[in-house]
Amino acid sequence: MAETYIARSTAIAARMLGGEMMIMSAVDSTFFTLNEVATLIWQSADGRTPLSEIVEQKICQEYEIEPEVAHRDAEEFVSALSQHRILVVSDQPISDSSTGAQ
Amino acid sequence: MSLLAEMNEKAHALGIPLSVHIDVTYRCNERCVHCYLDHDDKGEMTTQEIKNVLDQLAEAGVFFLVFSGGEVFMRRDFLDLVEYARKLLFNVKVKTNGVMIHEAEAKRLRELGVEQLQLSVYSHRPEVHDAITKLPGSLKRTVNTIRFLKAQGLKVTLSNVLMTVNRQDERGTRALAKQLGVDYTLDPTVTPKIDGDTSILSLRVDEENLDALFQDDELVGNAEEYCKPPSPVDEDVMEGYSCSAGHTACYISPYGDVFPCVQFPLPTGNVRRQKFADIWYDSPQMNEVRSIKVKDLTVCSSCTHAGSCTRCPGLAYMEGSMRGPSTSDCMKSYHRTGIPTANMLHKAAMAPGGPLVQILPMVV
Repeated sequence: MAETYIARSTAIAARMLGGEMMIMSAVDSTFFTLNEVATLIWQSADGRTPLSEIVEQKICQEYEIEPEVAHRDAEEFVSALSQHRILVVSDQPISDSSTGAQ
Repeated sequence: MSLLAEMNEKAHALGIPLSVHIDVTYRCNERCVHCYLDHDDKGEMTTQEIKNVLDQLAEAGVFFLVFSGGEVFMRRDFLDLVEYARKLLFNVKVKTNGVMIHEAEAKRLRELGVEQLQLSVYSHRPEVHDAITKLPGSLKRTVNTIRFLKAQGLKVTLSNVLMTVNRQDERGTRALAKQLGVDYTLDPTVTPKIDGDTSILSLRVDEENLDALFQDDELVGNAEEYCKPPSPVDEDVMEGYSCSAGHTACYISPYGDVFPCVQFPLPTGNVRRQKFADIWYDSPQMNEVRSIKVKDLTVCSSCTHAGSCTRCPGLAYMEGSMRGPSTSDCMKSYHRTGIPTANMLHKAAMAPGGPLVQILPMVV
């Protein structure tokens, strides 16, 4: 199965507020807050680490959650954020130049 | 409650400055008749100083950043500052007259992910707008800029100030915004000049104009709802605060002075000499502002409008006391609902009546 790579878009505004990540899309002004687990995925989205590795090494080790459930939840989360262009998703590692507003 | 309102409440509870307005210059290429600023450069912060402040603001948790002036593009490094702010992931809004923005600048603003631009337009007629800005050709240039920005897909708001000199053009200006496909805001607030000169207050519109504004559904949403009598004042209102100034928002001048709000000229510190966080958390002035609850207000705490008034503590401060009433907001509450405010009743009671009765010695 092909790996999924995720990178944070630069076309967003983001800040931690009391343990929650606030994110606003500069494209459509949609406003989100991420919970602790989602924030961990967001912070790990460096474009180079496969999603499966993020889930196994960050989520499953930090939280008591079944790997299968964690993978499914992570994929749903990534899909939702990519629809608002908040995360960039690819089956190849992602370079910095492909995460902007252009 | 919207997610954004929830975040505001959370920031308030945690004492986080969620929004900061920073004027990067007071210099301007227009000379608007109602402007409160002194446009001479008295030692603006350098590029590096502003970048350093932005680092501190990001560290403090600031999310919404407004760049304004003066005219921001009078600084040659302005786009460099925007780029730096966006790298720090601020939500950036820019207030400008747009005169110095051409296609290249519009494209760059879009590439940098600026969330919104607010451009000042005072009339749809050049002879009125240009007479207010005192810059011939300014309306044409600003409108061209709005078109460039829209073509780039940027969100634009046309911002108007209602004054005696342009009130007759308000509907025309609103129609221009519609024609350009941009949002429109209208503000009837004219404030004294930064040096205390109150002569420009003569530009404030009279009461009849306010009445008409408040009855306009297009401007206020639902006029019937907007103008309904105030709800009874309860304990929640009395324990509440006037606005976000000093609580989740503040203002930084081009010289590094920090104030609770752009409309609240109470100096609380200077980022050239102090860390922003030290000013925000420890300044006695900032702490005094944030300590004032509605129940502490000298006149307004007994007002029926206490729960719905737009009372500006900055305007009240300029009138003499940050705990006192802001007369222009009293007038708005009155004209919105037809119900006199405590301040109006107080002033009426204090006004001298007829001549005092004097008991004279009887002449025999």
